[in-house]
Order: sequence, then structure tokens, then C-alpha cells
Amino acid sequence: MTEITGAAAPERTLWSDVWYQFRHHRGAVAGVIILGIIVLAILIGPWLHGVDPQHIDIRARNAQPSLAHPMGTDNIGRDIFAQVLQGGRVSLSVGVTAMLLSLLLGTLVGVLAGFFRRLDGVLMRLTDLFLALPLLPLLLVIIMLFRDTLRGLFGPETGIFLLIVFIIGITSWMQTARIVRGDVLTLKEQEFVLAARSIGTPSHRIILRHVLPNILSPIMVSATLGVANAIITESALSFLGLGFPSDFPTWGRLLFDGANFMMLNPARVIWPGLAISLTVLSINFIGDGLRDALDPRIRGR
Amino acid sequence: MLTYTLRRLFFAIPTLLVISFLIFALLDLSPGDPTSNLPLTIPPEVREQIRQSFGLGEPFMVRYLKWLHQFSINEPLNVLEQMTGWTIGDGGRMRVISWQTRSPVVDLIAERLPQTLWVVGLSYLLGILIAVPIGVLSAWKQYSWFDQFGTFFAMVGYSVPTFFTGLVFIMIFSVHLGWLPMIYDTNLKVTDLASFWLQVKQMAMPVMVLALYNAGQISRFMRASMLDNLNQDYVRTARAKGMGESKVLLVHVLRNSLIPVVTVIAIGVPQIFGGAIITEQIFRVNGLGQLLISGIQGTDIPLVQTLTFIFAILIVLFNLIADLLYGILDPRIRYD
Amino acid sequence: MISRGIFLGAAAASALCANAALAERGSDGQLNILYWQAVSTMNPYLSNGTKDIEGASLVLEPLARFDPEGNLVPYLVDEIPTRENGGISEDLTSITWVLSEGLLWSDGSPVTAEDVVFTWQYCTDPAGGCSQASNFAGIETVEALDARTVKVTFEKPTPYPYGAFVSVEAPVLQKAQFADCLGAKAAECTEANFNPIGTGPFVVTEFKANDVITLAANPNYRDAAKPAFANVVLKGGGDAASAARSVLETGEFDYAWNPQVEPEILAQMEAAGKGEILAAFGSLVERIHVNQTDPNPALGAERSTVGHPHPFLSDPQVVKALSLAIDREILVETGYGAGGRVTCNLIPAPEINASTNNDWCKAQDMEEAARLLDEAGWVKGGDGIRAKDGVRMSLLFQTSTSSVRQAAQALIKQWWGELGVEAELRQIDGSVFFGGDPGSPDTMQKFYADMEEFANEFSGTDPEAYLGDWVCSGIPSPETQWQGSNFSRFCEPEYDALFVELGRTAGAEARAAIIIKLNDMIVNSGAFIPLVHRGRISVKSNTLGGVDLNPWDSELWNAADWYRVKS
Repeated sequence: MTEITGAAAPERTLWSDVWYQFRHHRGAVAGVIILGIIVLAILIGPWLHGVDPQHIDIRARNAQPSLAHPMGTDNIGRDIFAQVLQGGRVSLSVGVTAMLLSLLLGTLVGVLAGFFRRLDGVLMRLTDLFLALPLLPLLLVIIMLFRDTLRGLFGPETGIFLLIVFIIGITSWMQTARIVRGDVLTLKEQEFVLAARSIGTPSHRIILRHVLPNILSPIMVSATLGVANAIITESALSFLGLGFPSDFPTWGRLLFDGANFMMLNPARVIWPGLAISLTVLSINFIGDGLRDALDPRIRGR
Repeated sequence: MLTYTLRRLFFAIPTLLVISFLIFALLDLSPGDPTSNLPLTIPPEVREQIRQSFGLGEPFMVRYLKWLHQFSINEPLNVLEQMTGWTIGDGGRMRVISWQTRSPVVDLIAERLPQTLWVVGLSYLLGILIAVPIGVLSAWKQYSWFDQFGTFFAMVGYSVPTFFTGLVFIMIFSVHLGWLPMIYDTNLKVTDLASFWLQVKQMAMPVMVLALYNAGQISRFMRASMLDNLNQDYVRTARAKGMGESKVLLVHVLRNSLIPVVTVIAIGVPQIFGGAIITEQIFRVNGLGQLLISGIQGTDIPLVQTLTFIFAILIVLFNLIADLLYGILDPRIRYD
Repeated sequence: MISRGIFLGAAAASALCANAALAERGSDGQLNILYWQAVSTMNPYLSNGTKDIEGASLVLEPLARFDPEGNLVPYLVDEIPTRENGGISEDLTSITWVLSEGLLWSDGSPVTAEDVVFTWQYCTDPAGGCSQASNFAGIETVEALDARTVKVTFEKPTPYPYGAFVSVEAPVLQKAQFADCLGAKAAECTEANFNPIGTGPFVVTEFKANDVITLAANPNYRDAAKPAFANVVLKGGGDAASAARSVLETGEFDYAWNPQVEPEILAQMEAAGKGEILAAFGSLVERIHVNQTDPNPALGAERSTVGHPHPFLSDPQVVKALSLAIDREILVETGYGAGGRVTCNLIPAPEINASTNNDWCKAQDMEEAARLLDEAGWVKGGDGIRAKDGVRMSLLFQTSTSSVRQAAQALIKQWWGELGVEAELRQIDGSVFFGGDPGSPDTMQKFYADMEEFANEFSGTDPEAYLGDWVCSGIPSPETQWQGSNFSRFCEPEYDALFVELGRTAGAEARAAIIIKLNDMIVNSGAFIPLVHRGRISVKSNTLGGVDLNPWDSELWNAADWYRVKS
């Protein structure tokens, strides 16, 4: 993933090439614009809207959208627009960070297992183990062991944030690892890798220069699905009392809490649902664009 | 290939033993309690007595070994007896007993397997059948309107959680139109056309919800993998040789593209047996997913341990199958 | 012969008396009942929760049970034993029940006193893990005087002897069926636990644990005209909101248990016109327990133990202020609707035991609350939070996960915030919070927080055992493995003495006077903030008649009288 963050550096010709290609990918540009608008909205929106998402206006319960409450209010009179904006900060940061962690773990395990036969058995049995562990008891144990320590070290919000990212990260890397391993197994036997090996290229160079660029597409798919997955998992965690405190809105949680109020106040589900879908869609298009831009066979076509 | 398979199967035994021990330790460490659903009016002494009656007073290792013995020796013998009608031993074997229902866990699983296989299995199959053509066509006609629509459909299908799609479906098809029942009847036996039609009707919503989710995921992997292969040199060569486009696509590209997708599909199969917890809850399908979640909520350790361990066996098994399929789909991969 | 119990039961639903009398057994087809918590066993003595006990009440019956007003009504006997009729001995050490004549089990065999004695043996076997053992506590022996007479002898004078064999919690089992299921073998009798033979209106025909139970009318039921339904399907699983929807909106089911969802959602479903919401009030109170000890993590193993009083919540005046800041009307309106009402008591019912001395809490009074805190020396600092001697009024408020509690917590946090008290909210999974695992920091007993919200009630109508939770010796501590039901760590020698006196007092009036005193002591102690008196709620289809929601016993207590309304 380090290569992607470096993608914008203009001084290297390879990367300026990539950047050129990326700029001319319509989907990717649209994705960047939509994601940019969402990020901008959740960054400056609360400041413009000026309503505290936790403030309860008990006289305005289940209010329909109005000028004061552009998306209406929930069943105890909290402003939904403010909650969606506030929730976006949490959901986006949890989604992206947890996805990165899971991707990093998954790619690392997958590449190592696929490339070094000696590690394959051990790492794949480890993957089996993680796939087999029952999630909910695992979460309860992790929370029991680490919550108070992290809360003491980083305060309630950052502590829980780290815990959630960690939990989602370490429970969702297995699929990526299996897929990456499968691809690496195929790649390893292809001519260009064999050629590189025959001229004595060290393994880490083969992995970085030849293997990684060629497995980008499953990684990109995993990344986009991973963001959606992390956002939804976070809401399930909060619902189980394992996530953020209940007065701390997130998109997934807003959608979950609002589901039963769907007929009474459709705004409660439409906006958070739309926010999640748009985010995932735009990240998907950005991923497509990046993949195309980084693929040497397409570049320049 | 055969020695590889045998070696993998042999190594699966210690792996599974370690997994079963870790699951047991995890469940033991987990902070739930089997008496947590009892009314608060039940005093602590009585709760303690209930815990003792579950054998929770015994040391950890004793409980683990007891379970292992019951699961790996007694239960298979029972199944054997039932299948063959033989009597082995004196019949006084301790079975794995669920704490919640005080009945054998294996019987509970057998009772729930049919509805889970029907609903979750069918939706998985349907998801694959939808996803593969969508993925192939999307890649072939990359950035066409079909691709854009497929992408949209897949990403929305995946990013909107099933608790929400399920509720929307109920609102439309049960409440407003009144076409489909919102509660799954597990007692329904298919005997004639009428009861078959009822079964189709009650399966329609849960299968749709799950298939949408599965298709969303698999179609993305399929498309990505196809795209990767379409740009490979061998495709250009094949086209240059004047091979028909459909033959290039279906014979060469599809076969190679299926490799990563097979992994995704194989990893997903054990999850069929895991049931779909949320969807089963919404429509009250009461399959294995609902059994697992009710066991976890009630800290029914023997039930959860047995269920998760069966999943573990399936996971190990299907990962082996996926590895063997690689070998078949891609002869270049050598395991020995 | 028609037993008086059934007669009374039918009389309670007087409007349908004529209708029901004309009916023929099994003439109304199938009844569909939905419990969103699925029934796991039909043996109430091995139950995991209320749902199992209620499901079993369709099949198994006690000697006597409570009606919706909380009065005891005879079921398998002709009259309730009292001191006046000689059923209870003068020294209060024994009670004698006489079974009605001609009672039959569903398999056709006669019900005898031996069955009753056996039930006691079954539940008191220590290896059996009987979950209703407290109903049989304090019993020295149960003996059969003749085929129809049972004498229960207590270890000491027991002014309230209606625990054993009374109410949904302690029905009679058939000796012949369960004779081999005593003690450790209880769990192996799957067949008997799933298909118990009973005296009730229905018998199990197929049992799928945690899923669906199919029952048929009991051919040997004592009233030849009942039950009106030939079959019952008791389905389980899912969530509360969709359970209500299946009755009120789609009409797939006739009755749904405990649809605990926000009142506006229920009201909107009810507007579809297919069914109605029922509510009845027992003793359930949604409350906040206030930790009297200091939960500060810095104390390590001494957290929340009696050696360390809470820095500010041990002052009753502070807690009174926090209680006054709560608008209970709003809590009812947002969370419970018809299923809740404002209360200021620990014991809100029955009427005779309910105190009226604490009504100051009924209306929110922010000014008075602020004044009380000012008076106690807590003044707002620069950050808007009150403080005294370097201690900030910042507290951790925990509860079990539930959408209704989550909203209540948010509201209360806002009101306290206006007062200058900061609250951090925490939700804990119910299986952990109520579980009592001494290894977990998140149990209600350990109480590693300043406040905790949940609901509690007492079984039956007598609150003695419930008040006994508050004595000093009930305080959970590391020495007792955190067992104990005095969650607030309330300890008042005067209270303990008065509680002992309650155990020696007979007569409803005299007991009520003491119960009210004990209730007031707890409410004014600063260890307890009552919030809402919660009713049982359920929803039923318009086509179902005869339902009389009972808050003191099983909701299905009079299922024999239910019938299909012909339009």
C-alpha cells in the first residue's frame, strides 16, 4: 500500500505516468470528487450546521425535514443531519483504517504463504484458525481484556477507536490472505518471475517489483469491500455494546437504529444508507482507476 | 497430487486439535454466563447450583477432554448406530448436551440443517449463478453501461446491510402487497405442488436478500480477475490466431480467471453451514445461524463449541478443496 | 366437575362467558403464538428464562396461581388454604393443600398427592440445578397425607407460605414420567423435558427446541368444552419489532409476547387495524442503582467495595438532586407508551404495598435540583461541571444494550448535563451484564461504574425476598465471588432490623405497613433512583378473544379460555 500513497509524487516519471492515467479515468475522477465532497462535508459541515449531534430537543421528536432540521430528527429529538455529519467522521476513519490494517495483514500473510513454501503450511493453518474462531466470544474476550487499559491510556473515545479498528482488522484479513496466496502461487511459476529469480534477484525485490503489482486487482476489490464491511461491522459492534457509546453516532448505527422507524421517518434510513453506499461506490471507482493506472499493460493504451 | 492430499489430510488432525482447544479456551475465558437470561428474582445460590449441574465446577482440562471424548468418539458411534442399526457397547455413552435445552447438540444440529441448507445454500448458489455472468460481461465490456450498472448493483448490494434489505423486502412484499409470508414455517413439509409453492413463497425473501449480498461480493472478484486476464499476452495471441471471441473468453480467460474466484467461493461454503445469522433472525428461518447466536447469547458452551468446531472442520476441508482446484485449473501450480 | 379456578378464570373474562360456554373443544382450529425469544425447554424447572416458563404453562399447572389482579385463585385444588379455613397451621409452620377430585393427567392417569411430593423432591435435588429452587426454600418436608392431601412443613414459621406449587414458576410434574430424572439425570431426560405430561389445556405434539412447538388440545382436560383451539403453534425467534408486525400488520400470528419497541412504532402498526396492544402492570420497575462505593480504577482490587464510600453519590442529597432532574413523563412517552407509568417507588404494586410518600419525584424540578447541589457545596467550575474539593461530578453510567435504554440514557445524560453533572454512557451485552461471571469487569454485581440502569421485579405478589436483596449481607464483594443482589451496596442496620421483623409478621395490613417503610428507606437513601413502572405488554389479533393479560403469572395463564372471534 505504500506505493499507492506515493502515487501523487510528480518527480518520478513512473508515478507521473500513473497520475496521468488516473486523471483520465472518468470513474476514478468521479469517485475522487464524490469522496472529496463527503470528506469536506463531514469536516466543515458540523461547523456550518452548528447543531450539537447529541443535543436533544424533546419537543421536536420524530420531526420531518425542515429548515432547522434538514433531515428531520430522531425519536428523542436529536438532529439527524448533525448526526450523519458527526457519524461520517467516525465511520470513515474506522472504515478506512480498519480496511488498511486488514489489507496489510492479509497481503503480508498471503504473499509470504504463497511465495515461501516453507511458511505456507503454518500461515494457512493460522488463517484456518482465524476463520474458525467464533467472532462474538472473541470480541467479548478482547473487550474484557483490553478496554479498560486502552481507555486509561488514550481516553474513552480514542481508546475505543483503536480497539474497534484492531478488532475489525484482525478478524477480516483471512479472505484477502487466501486470495492473495492463490494469485501468488500462480504468479510464482510465471516466466517473468522465474526469469527474475534466475538472474539472482533477491526475494524481497521479486515480491515488491514483480509480484505485488500483479496482484493489485484482488487487493483493490478487497479494499473496497473491506471499507463497506468495516462500516457495517462497526455498527454491529455498537449494537452489541462492544463499540462506541450509544450517544456517539456512526453511519452504521444510525441506519440500524433508524430501521424500525423507516415508515415513520424515512429520512432516518435514507441518508445514512446513501452515505455508506456513496462512500463505498466512490472508493470502488477510485480503486478501479488506481488498478488501471498501475497496470503496465493498460497504461498508455 | 494424491500424496499431497493425504499429507494435508494427515496434518489436518493436529491442526483441528489445536483449533478445538483454542475455541474451548476462548469460550471458557469469555465473560458470559449460562444463567444470564434467568429472571433476576432467581437468587445467587440457585444460580451457583445450576452452574455446578453443568459441570462448571470441574477444572478446565477435564471439561475439555470430556467434550473431546464425547464429540470425537461417542457422537460418531451414535451416528453409526443409527445408520446401521447395530448396538455398540452398552448404550450408556455420554453425549454432548446443550445447556439451554438439555438435549443432545447433534440432534439440534440435525433438526436445523435442512432449512439452513435450503435457504442459505440456495441463495449462495443463486448468488454465484448471478455473479459469474455479471462479472464476465462487466469485464468484457468494461465501462459500458452494463458494467456501470453491474458495479452499482454489486456495490449497493454489498454495502447495504442485510438487516436493512430484509426489512425493506418485508415492508414491500408482506405488509403492502401481502404476497409473501414474513415468518418462515419450519414445520412445512413439501408433499405436493401446493405445499411446494408455499415453500417457494416462504423462501423467496430470505434467499433474495442473501443472494443479493453474495452476488455483490463475488461479481466484483470475478470482474477484477477477468480484467487481469484479458490483458495478458496469451489472450492477444489467441485473438491474433483468429480464435472466436466467445471461445477466447469462455475457454481461456474464464478458466484462468476462476482461480481467485474459486478461493472466494470455497471460503464461503463453510459459511453456508454457519448460516446467515441476521437473515435467519429477520425471517425466523431458525437454522444453524440462529442456533449459534442463541447459544452464544445464552453462553451455551457445549453447543457453541460443537457448532464452531464443525465449521472449523469444514473450513479446513474446503480450503484443501480450493487448493486442489487450483492445481486442476492451473497446471503450473505444483505442490510437491 | 368444574373446578372453581377455571370458573373464576372464565368469570374474569365475563363478556365472553356465554360464547365460551357454547363452544366445543377444538372447534376453533389453530392458534398462532409468537415469542421472539424462542422456547428452549418445556420443563420450567430447567428453564433459562421467562419464555420457557410461559411456554410450559400451556401444559403444566400449579395448585394455585395469580389472576390479573394479583389474587390467588385455586387451579388443581378447590380452595386456597388460609389460617381461617385451617389450611395453614396456627403456628405458621405448615400448609395443607387438598387436590380437586377426579383430576387426570393428559395421559389419562389420575393426579395424586404423590405427584406433588415428587415435584418437591425433583426441584430440591442439589445435583439437578433446578432454577426454581428458591420457591421451595425453607421447606422441611412435603408429605402425602392421603391420595388427595399434601402437607408442606416449613423449617420455621413462614407468614407467606405460597411459594411452592403456586404460580407459573412451580407447577406440578407427573411422578411416573420424571421418576428416573432426579438429580444429575435431569438433563438426560430430553424426551420428558420436551414433552411433559400435564394437566393444562394443551399437550405437546412436536417440540423443536428454540424454534417451534406444536401442541394439541388435551383430551383429558377437566373442562369438556375447553380449550376452544384444537392446535397451538408456539413459534420463536427474531426480534421484538417484527413480532409485533406479524400480528398487527400482516396478521400471520394471533398473539405476540413482549414487543418491547418504541411506542410510536407500535402505535403506527396498530393503526393498520388488524390487532391491538395490551398492557398490564405488575411489579417491574425500570430503575437506576447508585453505587454507594467508589468504582475508581485506581483502587485496584478494592474498587466498588464497602471500604471506600463514593466521593459524592453517597450523599443522599446529591442523588435526590439527580433524581429530581429526570423528567419521568418523557421517559415513559419515548420508551414505553401505554406500557409504562411514572413511579417513585421500589415496590409499585400491588396497591396495598405501594407507598405514596415519595411523590416529590413525579415532576421534574431543575431549580430545586440545582439548589440542592449548591447547598451541598457543589459549584460549577469553568468547564460547566460541578466540583467540590477537587472532585468533579463526572460519572460512568452503564446499562445493558437495548434501544429503549439507550434513548433513556441519552435523555438522562442531557438533563444531568444541564445540572452540571457529566456522564459517560456505556452499554454492555446482556449476557455479560446480567451474567455475573466474576472474571468479567462488566457485570451488574461488580458494578465498576457509578450508576447502572436495568429493570427488576419480584415473583408473585409478596416482595419479602425482593426486599431481602437490600440487607448489608447481600453486598457483592471479592470475598463472595461478587455474588449478592445488593447491587447498590446499601447498608443500613435499621433496615436490616425492620426486614427481620417483616419475616415474623403475618397479615396483609401489618406486612404492608412494614413493606412501605422499607420501600421509603431505600428510595430516600440515595442508593436507588426509580424511573418507570413498566407493564407487561403484548399484542393480539382482533380475531382472538378471551385474552386477559396477567402481569403476576403466565401471560398464557387462561389459554383454555381463548377463542376465535367470529365476524
